[in-house]
Amino acid sequence: MNAEVRPIRTAAEQALAADYQSAKKRLPGGPAFARLREQALAAFVEGGLPHRRIEEWKYTDLRTLLREAAPLADPPDKATFARAKKFDPLPGVDVRRVTLINGSFVGELSDLVQPEAGLTILPLSRALAEGHALASRIGRLLPPYYDATLALNTAFVADGIVIGLAAGSKLARPIHVRHLFTGAAAAAAYARTLVVVGEGAIATVIESFEGPDGVAYQANTTAEMQLGDKAWLEYVRVQAEGDAAIHLATVLADIGAQAKLHTCSLTVGAAVSRQSVFLRCTGAGSETRLSGATLLRRKQHADTTLYVDHMTQGCSSREMFKSALDDESRGVFQGKIVVRPGAQKTDAKMMSAALLLGDAAEADNKPELEIYADDVVCGHGATAGALDENLLFYLRARGIPRKEAEALLIRAFIGEAMEAVPHEALREALLARAADWLAAREHAA
Amino acid sequence: MPAVSETVERVRSIDVDQYKYGFVTDIESDKAPKGLDESTVRFISAKKNEPQWMLEWRLQAFHRWLTLREPQWARVNYGPIDYQDLYYYSAPKSTPGPKSLDEIDPEILKTYAKLGIPLREQEMLAGVERSNVAVDAVFDSVSVVTTFKEELKQAGVIFGSISDAIREHPELVRKYLGSVVPITDNFFATLNSAVFSDGSFVYIPKGVRCPMELSTYFRINEKNTGQFERTLIIADEGSYVSYLEGCTAPMRDENQLHAAVVELIALDDAEIKYSTIQNWYPGDAQGKGGIYNFVTKRGDCRGKNSKISWTQVETGSAITWKYPSCILRGDNSNGEFYSIAISNGHQQVDSGTKMIHLGKNTTSRVISKGIAAGVSNNTYRGLISSHRKATGARNFTNCDSLLIGDKCGAHTVPYIEAKNASTVFEHEATTSKISDEQLFYCLQRGLSGEEAVALIVNGFVKDVLQHLPMEFAVEAQKLIAISLEGSVG
Repeated sequence: MNAEVRPIRTAAEQALAADYQSAKKRLPGGPAFARLREQALAAFVEGGLPHRRIEEWKYTDLRTLLREAAPLADPPDKATFARAKKFDPLPGVDVRRVTLINGSFVGELSDLVQPEAGLTILPLSRALAEGHALASRIGRLLPPYYDATLALNTAFVADGIVIGLAAGSKLARPIHVRHLFTGAAAAAAYARTLVVVGEGAIATVIESFEGPDGVAYQANTTAEMQLGDKAWLEYVRVQAEGDAAIHLATVLADIGAQAKLHTCSLTVGAAVSRQSVFLRCTGAGSETRLSGATLLRRKQHADTTLYVDHMTQGCSSREMFKSALDDESRGVFQGKIVVRPGAQKTDAKMMSAALLLGDAAEADNKPELEIYADDVVCGHGATAGALDENLLFYLRARGIPRKEAEALLIRAFIGEAMEAVPHEALREALLARAADWLAAREHAA
Repeated sequence: MPAVSETVERVRSIDVDQYKYGFVTDIESDKAPKGLDESTVRFISAKKNEPQWMLEWRLQAFHRWLTLREPQWARVNYGPIDYQDLYYYSAPKSTPGPKSLDEIDPEILKTYAKLGIPLREQEMLAGVERSNVAVDAVFDSVSVVTTFKEELKQAGVIFGSISDAIREHPELVRKYLGSVVPITDNFFATLNSAVFSDGSFVYIPKGVRCPMELSTYFRINEKNTGQFERTLIIADEGSYVSYLEGCTAPMRDENQLHAAVVELIALDDAEIKYSTIQNWYPGDAQGKGGIYNFVTKRGDCRGKNSKISWTQVETGSAITWKYPSCILRGDNSNGEFYSIAISNGHQQVDSGTKMIHLGKNTTSRVISKGIAAGVSNNTYRGLISSHRKATGARNFTNCDSLLIGDKCGAHTVPYIEAKNASTVFEHEATTSKISDEQLFYCLQRGLSGEEAVALIVNGFVKDVLQHLPMEFAVEAQKLIAISLEGSVG
């Protein structure tokens, strides 16, 4: 009965391990990073892809959803550049833009000239190849448990962006890291963004993810953020991948004393997406605010999983996640707040709300508290439900057609998750993306 | 705040040995040979004079159990349990089965008297507390007596030990036993199905409102025994019953296993109210000894407009692992769960509920209050789900945790799964300590620190206490005081 069960590896798992062996010679980085890659792959070979028996992946069975490992994506050809140039995912926002296509840095579409005082920004491949000081900080943050998507990213990542901000400096305009997938065949792209914000420095970083509809590509991205004491980082991500894509993201952050991390994510794309967010409040008195809006239709599946670790005293965190689920889509929210022994005066509040618009939509919510200190105020709330018929009636009684009335209410509902973004143009751009989704919904009706 | 630190100090120094039900009754008992194999199951079945179908049912469960593994997912830690080092059956020698009161060993009567459970009906009628409660007393593995049987019979209510029911009402038992918690359900329920020794059986016929509260009092006395009781309650159409359950055990250094199964079935328009005060021996101040309480409780709202309500006060046991659940199958059915779980010393509690909405317009409500003190860990784990066809499902959940001292832990693990667009689920949870403002307010009005804490804790659990039957509410309040002795007046 207690015999060791030898896991049988799926075709995808075997293919991923084999891909690594053939790709590892081409991957950048010195011996230290090569060791990291080897360790990550060994962990993957041991742990495999997560399935529903793995508690953290209970609602997103990656073993079933990722049946085939797509081959590593080719570097982009020049013909795609022109097309990429045309489309602006966040119109009207004045940003310093850097572009990654199929996981590779594209200099022609990136603005690295004249960085402000205190800003270091360079492609990850170069940082690794040159042994840049910041490169040694990649892969330092680890989640509290084995995470397959992060392990795969560490093993395969070839490029990305490294951003360093010296102590006391302030970024004049946001940096926008744009991830694009181009190509007509399924392929896998791995990218990583490292953001190191020095003591007291202030920055806004945006990441967006897009690709063509109908192509079953796999995007695996990791963002590592290291905030020094009193640093302040605004981080916004827009996931608008193509409708057949699998998007797997890991966001890791260490937050120093009295630092501020505010994040906002908008999820509208991909057939299957997952964002795992692992935060550690390592310094006393930090402030974390996480928010997100997820808008899904048809058979889309989006999973947001948070792990907020209050390691020391006096840290506050606020989480606010909203999802609007149309048709047969499925929204998953798992949020865990951990308060370690001695992390007194922690103030944590988490809210997740799901709006069920489609008859066959499904919302799965798992807000968790794990608390080992007594002088704390922690709470969470979770709701799931349809649009309020009374509110709809009120609007319709005033002559507003049903779909429009619904759109109004949905916009009010999800707007709450985005209104905390301080950069006005950016906030407007996010709301505009949400409005596009609502417009498409009205059209479909 | 000095009052707080004083409270914390005193909680820390509480001698959990103050458990006042920890005495042992010296009585000869009839036991099955130690260990568990097929012959143990046959022995138990034979002892109970069970029909062949029952034996087969048990054996089926036993064979299934051999293929299962002990679940590991709960947030509780304990050493391995040696299932071969237990007695699976133990009965007081002088009572082969429930008989009239005069034939019961006076030692047992004394035990129950000491526990405050009067078994002599005349005493009860004479106005001793709990005058209107029929009691089924279960001592180790067997039911020793059931009171008020005659009065209940007149109302058509069947209330007695499940062993009797298997012999006397086989059609009811066969129809309903295992229909809510199947023998394949989980490790502990399957084990229970194989070796359950006794428990209560209740059947309320159509349209009958049970004339009195029914109650079972479980007592583990013998050393090294596991208690595996099985309770089956059936409320037929339009009936109502309120059922109370209490449990205690002696103080022993070794951990004892208790794996019960409770099945409730409510047919159309029926209502079952099930209240538990669980006060098994929690172990001593060093965490030695205590009961391992692995219980599967589930109610099935099978009929339309049916209602099942669970109320529990969990103060005992070294480890508590129980999730009283409701399957809301009938249209318009309603499930409720009210819980107070207190952990002190080295206790570990992992408890909660499941509300599974299957029928149309089903509603449920969950109120859970966890209080952790000492070095204990207190987890709420719950599932609320609505299925594709459960239109109009509605749930409200509130879990609050209170921490007393900085060495304990309070955790909340809710699962909320909505698969129907007309679902409305609301969940809220908070964790905090007693606020300085509240304490200050009370102290300013002349209360001592301890009185203030008592007052605040009582306020904290009030929402649940008020759902207990009167007789139980008083006892529960006293128990809470004992469990948190040192911090609560």
